[in-house]
Amino acid sequence: MTYLSTLVPAYAEIFLLVMVCAILIVDLFVTDPNRIVTYLLVQLTLLGCALITVSTYQPGVVHLFHNTFVDDMMSDVLKLLSYLAMSMALVYSRHYLMARGLFTGEFMVLALFALLGMMVMISASHFISLYIGLELLSLSLYAMVALQRDSAVATEAAMKYFILGALASGLLLYGMSMLYGATGSLDVNAISAAISHGVENKQLLTFGLVFIVAGLAFKLGAVPFHMWVPDVYHGAPTAMTLIIGSAPKLAAFAFVMRLLVESMQPLMMHWSGMLAILAVLSMALGNISAIAQTNLKRMFAYSTIAHMGFLLLGVLSGNIDGYSSAMFYAVVYVLMSLGGFGMIMLLSRAGFEADNLDDFKGLNQRSPWLAFIMLLLMFSMAGVPPTVGFYAKFSVLQAAVNAGHIPLVVMAVLFSLIGAFYYLRIVKLMYFDAPESHVPISMQPDSSVLISFNGLAVLLLGILPGNLMAVCAVSVQQSLLLH
Amino acid sequence: MISFETIVFYLLAALSVFAAVRVITARNPVHAALFLVLAFCGMAGIWLLLEAEFLAMTLILVYVGAVMVLFLFVVMMLDIDLVQLREGFWRWFPFGVALAAVMVFEMVWVLGNNRTAETGTALVKHDADYSNVKELGRLIYTDYVFPFELAAVLLLIAIVAAIALTLRRRKDSKTQNVAQQVAVKRADRIRIVKVPAEKRGE
Repeated sequence: MTYLSTLVPAYAEIFLLVMVCAILIVDLFVTDPNRIVTYLLVQLTLLGCALITVSTYQPGVVHLFHNTFVDDMMSDVLKLLSYLAMSMALVYSRHYLMARGLFTGEFMVLALFALLGMMVMISASHFISLYIGLELLSLSLYAMVALQRDSAVATEAAMKYFILGALASGLLLYGMSMLYGATGSLDVNAISAAISHGVENKQLLTFGLVFIVAGLAFKLGAVPFHMWVPDVYHGAPTAMTLIIGSAPKLAAFAFVMRLLVESMQPLMMHWSGMLAILAVLSMALGNISAIAQTNLKRMFAYSTIAHMGFLLLGVLSGNIDGYSSAMFYAVVYVLMSLGGFGMIMLLSRAGFEADNLDDFKGLNQRSPWLAFIMLLLMFSMAGVPPTVGFYAKFSVLQAAVNAGHIPLVVMAVLFSLIGAFYYLRIVKLMYFDAPESHVPISMQPDSSVLISFNGLAVLLLGILPGNLMAVCAVSVQQSLLLH
Repeated sequence: MISFETIVFYLLAALSVFAAVRVITARNPVHAALFLVLAFCGMAGIWLLLEAEFLAMTLILVYVGAVMVLFLFVVMMLDIDLVQLREGFWRWFPFGVALAAVMVFEMVWVLGNNRTAETGTALVKHDADYSNVKELGRLIYTDYVFPFELAAVLLLIAIVAAIALTLRRRKDSKTQNVAQQVAVKRADRIRIVKVPAEKRGE
């Protein structure tokens, strides 16, 4: 067997990297009016990655590059969903960026680099590759937020994101170095084996764990490490907010799984308690602060914090059901977040941002179809049946009940009831208030078709959640048990 | 009996801690940067004691030689208004001290309650002909080739981001293009326009 054929599981990453470099060069010869060429190349690259990931699928867990890279079903599923999310995000943001003069080759190249970082995070089985993947993603995102350099708000958001992100990376690295000191390895599986054999220096291990959980909470935006989320979501151009708030959440889920579950499963007693505090605080602060917001992007930022609390609730259940429901929750959240920010961009036009609650007043009179799609998305975020948001919340709660976390579940239900208020307020504004402006909505064919699919997917997956749930369950089971 | 190496270690450690404390307490940012250089030098000495000669030299060359010099340039070129920076310092000071006290208390409590014996394995001593660089190179290009290649991608992202964020093609720059000036024709300068008659505004 030649060396090249051993690299089959990493073909998608290699293809993406080669294509990014090619696009970087091609883009030099493309003039601004023809930027669509770059855009189409990027979409083709995403399609190519998807084809490669599907065609190189092999059952079981494969380790590559001296155990720094792992290919299992969970990584394949999450990668496919990340391509989809990135592709949808680019469709939604094309016209928005064109109207603001931000539709540049750099934007698309950085988006692909961010995707590469996510893929590395998703299939990393070594602390160094986990960290490098995270940095690839974060560095691209910082730059993307700052791309609109004439806007003071965007620059401020980028600065806050960069500094707090660097702090979080520092915490994470510090924790990782302590784990290395305690177990003598950076390999996820070796660490897990070392911990279950018993480590001499328990304190070092616990300290490392605390730092790692704090770093993870920073990256996820869980309370009390959430301060950057509202400012970054609000300050960044909506297209960048969409990219930050969609596919990276899938990578973050994989990151939590690889760090906490795969390498530190024997320490679950310790980390599930920490996650419980983070989860409850996130759900409480996220849902309650979101009520006070008048800006939709800021409101979505607080709602993200609350959703991350729910995701952590799934993880801390500590069994296959919990992990697969958390994965399902992450996927559903990405779908809803794409729709929500996509809608803001669809209603915006040159020189106007539809990111205030008042801009949604009377949307039903201006465009009944868009109002209906937004209604579906809001119902799903609030967790109203029969949308998929209900099922996602339900499965997380079920897993937590089975794991015996009854008080946590009661609090989660209470806080999501509080949260339902601000989602349903948007529905009220759209259907029962008079519109403030009568400017016709400029419907772009590609994004309006996509948002229809997005909204209907939220409804359809809610009626028939079985397949997606089964995929999540099988992939988590396969990747956790077989190595 | 304390060995010579232990004495050197404690000296270097004390130097590093002193320098690190001065980095955050020095009032003048230039002094703070210079103390950071001192801290790096102390750490490089400790790395030398650990037989990581190549890393120690890289730390001096890259951090002290390149990064800190750049840092000093930036600090000197920017006109930092210290008074403005310190504004609100005393207002938040009690809060910060309280938070730090809680952290220290927690750490002492956890570490003090169940003290374990000193663990960790002794440093493996190598012969004089053992090559640090060779060993690092072997690891980077074999076991860690995947993260190593990705670190290169990280640098590529940094280049793309830096160019995207700073490159400005100024539309108002008034540079002369002599060739164009010489080759100018009458048709380029004068345009004859036929303006239709219009009614004069109010």
